[in-house]
Amino acid sequence: MKENRYNIIKNSLENFDIEYADANGTPQLIIKKEDLIGVATKLKKELEFDMLVDILGVDRFQKENRFEIIANLYSNKNKDRLFLKVKLDSKKPECPSLTKVWKSANWYEREAFDMFGIIFTDHPDLRRIYMPDEFEYNPLRKDFPLMGIPGSLELPKK
Amino acid sequence: MGLEEKILHKEGFFTSKLTTLIEWSRKNSLWPMPMGISCCAIEMMHTAGPRFDIARFGSEVFRFSPRQSDVMIVAGTVTYKMAKVVRKIYDQMPEPKWVIAMGACTSSGGMYRTYSVVQGIDLFLPVDVYVSGCPPRPENLLNALLKIQEKILPEKKK
Repeated sequence: MKENRYNIIKNSLENFDIEYADANGTPQLIIKKEDLIGVATKLKKELEFDMLVDILGVDRFQKENRFEIIANLYSNKNKDRLFLKVKLDSKKPECPSLTKVWKSANWYEREAFDMFGIIFTDHPDLRRIYMPDEFEYNPLRKDFPLMGIPGSLELPKK
Repeated sequence: MGLEEKILHKEGFFTSKLTTLIEWSRKNSLWPMPMGISCCAIEMMHTAGPRFDIARFGSEVFRFSPRQSDVMIVAGTVTYKMAKVVRKIYDQMPEPKWVIAMGACTSSGGMYRTYSVVQGIDLFLPVDVYVSGCPPRPENLLNALLKIQEKILPEKKK
């Protein structure tokens, strides 16, 4: 990202409590859960990040702030990329939904919900997207065994 | 078959010849049900093409309706979610029916040693022939078809 554009972003987000980091050359903003919608709206409306490419879930498997979500943003006009990172609570990973800002967040958030059990409050349609509806676990959590839990997924009878 | 039973029980001495005739015709017109789930399906289509020409063995009619097919070629990774569908389609095929497990994933789970992939379709389907390879060469699939023909009418009986 160009230096002066980075400075413009920093200046316009002055009011928020943001930790700036670098992810292999791409700027990363680590923000508070409460600020997520505010920052996202500002990034979209004023700073031209019109595209939400992906939302990732992360399980750090530690006592505090075990879960994270990372939103991958792209600006088609300025041709640059930005990561938004939110650290979430270990026991009850809840996060406001980005669907109000970018519509494409819908399925990404369903994926993170399915794989990590992160609950996106005020999401319009929070269902599992990969695993069957009756499945009880979150497969990409670190404490989930690679081969699954025997008997948790049903096979048809022979 | 009705015809078989009718003549079989009235005049005993026709039995062996008629079943041989029926088995011979059955063997040379095995209509496959292409259960193409992933990349093995490309190789299966290739087998049906002019270069390898499955028509030489009477199996050129790929039926997408299970009710018109005799042998199901399961070509690809079967997940737990897909297993129900595969079984449902198998159940709709009329007897007599056979199953070819094509490729490593279908036979044993292959490289997908994961919670979501069925470790071999023989866990929920009766399999007649396993085909090795990832994906198998078309010759290999033709060989499996010949193996099933052999199973229907062994050479020695002739």
